Amino acid sequence: MSNEDLLLLDFWVSPFCMRVKIALAEKGLSYESKEEDLFGGKSELLLKSNPIYQKVPVLLHNGKPLNESAIIVGYIDEKWPSPPLLPACAYGRSQARFWADYIDKKLFDAACTVWRSPGEAVEVAKKDFIEVLKVLEEALGENNFFGGETFGFVDIVAIPMAFWFYASEKFGNFTVEEECPKLSAWIKRSMQRESVAKVLPDPEKVYDFVIMFRKMQGIE
Amino acid sequence: MATKKNLMANTEHVKLLGFWASPFSLRVEWALKLKGVDYEYIEEDIFNKSSQLLELNPVHKLVPVFVHGEKVIAESFVILEYIDETWKQCPLMPQDPHERAMTRFWTKFAEEKILFGAWKSMCSLGEEKEKAAKLTVDAVEKIEEELKGKRFFGGESIGYLDIAVGWMSYWLPIWEEVGSMKILDPLQFPALTSWMKNFLEHPVIKENLPPRDKMIIYFQKRSQELSSRPRG
Repeated sequence: MSNEDLLLLDFWVSPFCMRVKIALAEKGLSYESKEEDLFGGKSELLLKSNPIYQKVPVLLHNGKPLNESAIIVGYIDEKWPSPPLLPACAYGRSQARFWADYIDKKLFDAACTVWRSPGEAVEVAKKDFIEVLKVLEEALGENNFFGGETFGFVDIVAIPMAFWFYASEKFGNFTVEEECPKLSAWIKRSMQRESVAKVLPDPEKVYDFVIMFRKMQGIE
Repeated sequence: MATKKNLMANTEHVKLLGFWASPFSLRVEWALKLKGVDYEYIEEDIFNKSSQLLELNPVHKLVPVFVHGEKVIAESFVILEYIDETWKQCPLMPQDPHERAMTRFWTKFAEEKILFGAWKSMCSLGEEKEKAAKLTVDAVEKIEEELKGKRFFGGESIGYLDIAVGWMSYWLPIWEEVGSMKILDPLQFPALTSWMKNFLEHPVIKENLPPRDKMIIYFQKRSQELSSRPRG
């Protein structure tokens, strides 16, 4: 792609940045990536491009910044319509947006609360997290992907969360595979996609990051 | 211009489950009325939810729920985009992908930082109330900047973002009164103050606002229920 200047402000372990990278890969778009040091000091460019939230990901397209990962993925899909990430019909799109919204509101928080909870609170957090997973599993139904037969918007929004599940599983002492086998199969299926496989970090490295983060926050 | 798809959309029954005082519910009604779409309205008692509501929205169990023929959609912003894509007259979202992304960004921002901030301020007491109010004012400053020079967020006519933040023109002054907090200072926010007047004077909007005195009583009761806590 010539004349398309795409720069992603990134953080290696962020599932939100991952969504954007997967979407760009699905569309076959090349881009430059700049790793932000979120703990050491955010770059001038980040603070200027996202003054309101000062968060990654930020996608700069020909210098114009876009913020909020699901919104960025939507932009990528509308700007480069092929292959489409959303269904063609308005109703299909509304269902995709509904589930993306649910995932945004519930999934990451529920997963992180498991490893953020001290002592006995873990059991409650684990129960809440599994409940959210079961809702998603029911939404998936017998489909290969949330997009139906094809990998799409909701899959992109959800799959990066999955590489954080390992940390929740270790702290909660359970496996997603046992609790939600169909969802677990979807995770494996999605991780085999090239666009996903080439950007996912090692779950062990994510787990190490979580340990470090917990220490920083003083969680026992 | 009635395309075949538009005509087909016009034959399927449209139903909205809502609550008279809900800003989430009203924004959907505004979109339908602006587009001239006929719909059946069902008032839900959100404190005693009907089996129909629980069946149609088992995930969140909330209003509004929108039904078009056999299709069921929940979450007000998801409903708004569906309505805009299905009934093409009076388009609400801009066409350009960058502008659409910005519209969605400001919509999310206003909902998270202004609506929930103001609600929290209204329903809390003392220092917590003040803190929430200050954060809300900070957020309103950003929206004011976004508006400057324009009659509506959508430009010369009402657009998606006007509908998304339209609640500010009517609910926010009521919440300020009920919660005894000041957020919308006209001196600090001249553009928004002017926008509020334009929005409320729009012929469709002004015919579709819940009665003010009922709203005051309702939100007084709600905020009392939510802010009364045993003191430690």
